[in-house]
Amino acid sequence: MKQSVFTIIDNRPIAASVFKMTLCGDTSAITAPGQFVNLKLDGEFLRRPISVCDVEGDTLTLIYKVVGEGTEKMSGYKAGTELDILSGLGNGYDVAKSGEQPLLLGGGVGVPPLYLLCRRLVAKGKKPTVILGFNSKPDVFYEEEFRALGATVLVTTADGSYGIRGFVTDAMKDVTYTHFYTCGPEPMLKAIHTASTTDGQLSFEERMGCGFGACMGCSCKTLTGYKRICKEGPVMAKGEILW
Amino acid sequence: MVSTKVNLGDWELDNPIIPASGTFGYGYEFAELYDINCLGSFSFKGTTLEPRFGNPTPRIADCSSGMLNSVGLQNPGVEKVVSEELPKLKKCFSKPVVANVCGFSPDEYAKVAEILSAEEQVGILEVNISCPNVHAGGVNFGSSAKTAEEITKRVKAVSKKPVYIKLTPNVTDIAEIAKACEAAGADGISMINTLLGMRIDLRRKKPILANKIGGFSGDAIFPVALRMVYQVYDAVKIPIIGMGGISSAEQVIEMMLAGATAVEVGAANLVNPFAAKEIVEALPAAMEKYNITNLKDIIGGAH
Repeated sequence: MKQSVFTIIDNRPIAASVFKMTLCGDTSAITAPGQFVNLKLDGEFLRRPISVCDVEGDTLTLIYKVVGEGTEKMSGYKAGTELDILSGLGNGYDVAKSGEQPLLLGGGVGVPPLYLLCRRLVAKGKKPTVILGFNSKPDVFYEEEFRALGATVLVTTADGSYGIRGFVTDAMKDVTYTHFYTCGPEPMLKAIHTASTTDGQLSFEERMGCGFGACMGCSCKTLTGYKRICKEGPVMAKGEILW
Repeated sequence: MVSTKVNLGDWELDNPIIPASGTFGYGYEFAELYDINCLGSFSFKGTTLEPRFGNPTPRIADCSSGMLNSVGLQNPGVEKVVSEELPKLKKCFSKPVVANVCGFSPDEYAKVAEILSAEEQVGILEVNISCPNVHAGGVNFGSSAKTAEEITKRVKAVSKKPVYIKLTPNVTDIAEIAKACEAAGADGISMINTLLGMRIDLRRKKPILANKIGGFSGDAIFPVALRMVYQVYDAVKIPIIGMGGISSAEQVIEMMLAGATAVEVGAANLVNPFAAKEIVEALPAAMEKYNITNLKDIIGGAH
């Protein structure tokens, strides 16, 4: 974990209520895909945790959806704005367990952390398949970005307005995979957990106090004991999850 | 050259800054960031007899000028605290610590207090009779002078260390409760715990916290805490550890002028993990600015 100041380079909408923020700063504490950063925003007491979409050199990419006061405020920030950020939080995904054909499943704003994961897997010579699930066509983002990495990409929409009609679990039936990685709303994670035929890693979300393990605000029960989503998570192994 | 030393009874602290229970874990998350030996002491996570998960999540809500929590005393239980947490803590903190004692019955308080007070690392006990997030006991014991007195007596009877009673602000007359604790033999008062609060999620139109209500802490409660410390200082002779919304060296001085001998820093640690250290570092300059050479001299100075 590191506390440092990042400068916003760019902040723009990329889908309905979804923004992409690019920042410049010390990214050295970010060691694994699936980790998150915690942003101090003017006028908000607690920091706001946002998953890392990509990191390269001193450039950090975050994708977030406007869902409340904090993210609403973030969407208004202009290039040049400085933000106090705690970086390198959480355990992140373990890329070593992927096998040759990993399957990545993202739902809505659960998609972003899979991008850095996908990039790392491709760099290791793996052949990932990515299934991106959204509610409707205006919500879709990053399909081309994943494709540009060399992954096989499938998109589902719940209303059928784009790609395959249905949920990510409908699309995963026909995919052969060696391990799965996912991030998204809890009902989706649960459905994937049930439908999956291999071992896998699931990333969870919870309202957090500190984001670094001090307050016990985001604890959950697992088969291997109590865990803090922010510290021992947000990524949990399939075998330890207690629904 | 200014002196930041203060005395809680016979115990001399290098400075009055103590991270508050529940906001500093067992110290080691922070020890990864800085040498926590710069702190006066710290109060570790509230400890019960049995392990507790606490309340269902969500148990955190932001409030712009503060936060709500309904963690509900998650802790591994006193046995594990002694066998696992304290030895780990010893590796990163060489000073005595404040042991936060919780319970659901007078017997449980006495048992936990007896075990923790026997630990060499423990400087004082801070008996939490005021956690707002537990239904069976906690707040009930701190809500009346009679039960506060009962818990104080039971803990005093078995404790090998000084006993500070942590009071709830959610009462009509906090000074009356403090007096009852003093009369029952308390060595000091620790105050204030969180104020009861609530937030409602406008999208779901339901309370944000699964527990519906929680404890409000952070910047916004500072004036309330300061007022209560001021009132209790008038009512008792035993030392007071003051807390509630402190995030600066100036607020430490203010709290001490109101009557606190030492202070705890809580929610600020969760927003800025370096908050307690930064306050320790800023204190000498703030003292000089207000012509204070010895911090011990200003306790209760506003009366």
